[in-house]
Amino acid sequence: MEEKFILSVSPHLKTKEDVPRVMLDVIIALIPASLAAVYFFRWYALRTILVCLIFAPLAEWVSEKIMKRKNTIDDLSAVVTGLLLALTLPPTLPPWIAAIGVIVAIVLGKAFFGGLGWNPFNPALVGRAVLVACWPVEMTTWIKPVTSRVLQAVTTATPLNIVKEKLVEEILPTHLELFLGNRAGSLGETSVLALLIGGIYLLYRRQITWHIPLSYLGVVALSSFLLKIDVLFQLFTGGLILGAFFMATDYVTSPLTRKGQIIFGLLCGLMTMLIRLKGGFPEGVCYSILIVNMLTPTIDKLTVPKKFGARSRMFTNK
Amino acid sequence: MNNSNKRSWRDDFAFGILKGNPVLVLMIGLCPTLAVSVTLFNAVGMSIAVAFVLIGSNLMVSAIRKFTPSELRIPIFIIVICTFVTIADYLLKAYSPTLSQKLGVFVPLIVVNCIIIGRAEAFAYTNTVFSSLLDGIGGSIGFFLVISVIALIREFFGNGGIGEKIILNKPALIMILPPGGFITIGTLMGLMNYWNRRKKTRMSTN
Repeated sequence: MEEKFILSVSPHLKTKEDVPRVMLDVIIALIPASLAAVYFFRWYALRTILVCLIFAPLAEWVSEKIMKRKNTIDDLSAVVTGLLLALTLPPTLPPWIAAIGVIVAIVLGKAFFGGLGWNPFNPALVGRAVLVACWPVEMTTWIKPVTSRVLQAVTTATPLNIVKEKLVEEILPTHLELFLGNRAGSLGETSVLALLIGGIYLLYRRQITWHIPLSYLGVVALSSFLLKIDVLFQLFTGGLILGAFFMATDYVTSPLTRKGQIIFGLLCGLMTMLIRLKGGFPEGVCYSILIVNMLTPTIDKLTVPKKFGARSRMFTNK
Repeated sequence: MNNSNKRSWRDDFAFGILKGNPVLVLMIGLCPTLAVSVTLFNAVGMSIAVAFVLIGSNLMVSAIRKFTPSELRIPIFIIVICTFVTIADYLLKAYSPTLSQKLGVFVPLIVVNCIIIGRAEAFAYTNTVFSSLLDGIGGSIGFFLVISVIALIREFFGNGGIGEKIILNKPALIMILPPGGFITIGTLMGLMNYWNRRKKTRMSTN
């Protein structure tokens, strides 16, 4: 019997990696930040995260039932969206608002466009943007972390709010406090350390590359250095680390090419600094990523790699 | 002219309501739809004004179509429409000043509303007076239904209730802001497309 020769087109080598594995890695990477959130905000954080984790797959399942689509809960993408959204919410947010946010994120942000892989915008950020527009008061009520012996919630301003509104009576946290997470803010934007652990895990697992986070953070650092404002403060406050490592690197809504990813990161950083310094909001990570998401198809088109031997980048059919 | 013989008067009437709904299917007249559909009161007022102008201009354009030179037809349409809009504007100001104040600039802007000039150009200019009347009524009903449904959804969720009745304590503000209008109208368009497509496949399988 002669040897079997199997002819097939590439790819010839396949890994076991699939969508659930990628999503599982993202969930693992978000665990430190979630634990930090629960540590700093206790019951408030737990409540919000649980609501989001329950309602995200539920919304996905119901919308897919109604639209008669294939059930995709087991690819875990809904869980990731729910967890990411939970980490962008303020701790004292009423649970029903969080639930609406998750439903909006899954249905309006993803299902309406055709499901995972078709959404032009990051679903979690769509949910957050809608919530900010709907309930601006609830979405911008912040409390101090409850790690101290005082267990009741004390309303306060976020570090970026203090700078933007020039609130003199509030004390700005030190850089170390910002890094470890002892400050007011959304659930996931408190502890830079926990977020960095997750980000490094994703980089180590090669689920994301350095291009988007580094160019994003780099532009923020460089522009604040050039404008002579506190570089570390700009890097550590707000949702910047969360956005740069977990939101902007979303496969579906970021460019495919390395060059395109760097452009994407640069634009995100510029938009963020513009909104922070010149815009009406204290923080602009959410909107800047959403705005630059719109440019992703264009960036992809402009950075198509040149084929070997081809004369021009585009119109190679001619 | 040959077309009108094949169609029955029912088709002329029904076209504007579902199959050729101005807002959801033809996607014309989106600007006033988005701007005015914040409250049900405004929406109903606006659709009455649009209905008056649409029916009037359809009648007039089809009545004078035989001696309207085709190279001058657009300016002539505009003059006809302007006449009706001016009448509607003054009637509103005289009999319902509050509504007139709430609709504001959107009443004079009916002059450049795509629904009216679109129907004048695409239908009334080549059809009989009777068909044009039916088309105008159908289109008006279609516009009225869509803008009222949009306003109902937006006012209920964005304001917490219809008119003075407030049911929701913490309404979703976004619904009375422009994004809410776009979200509502997009969702309705999707549903309409789904409905029309399903009807088409059902007809082809039978």
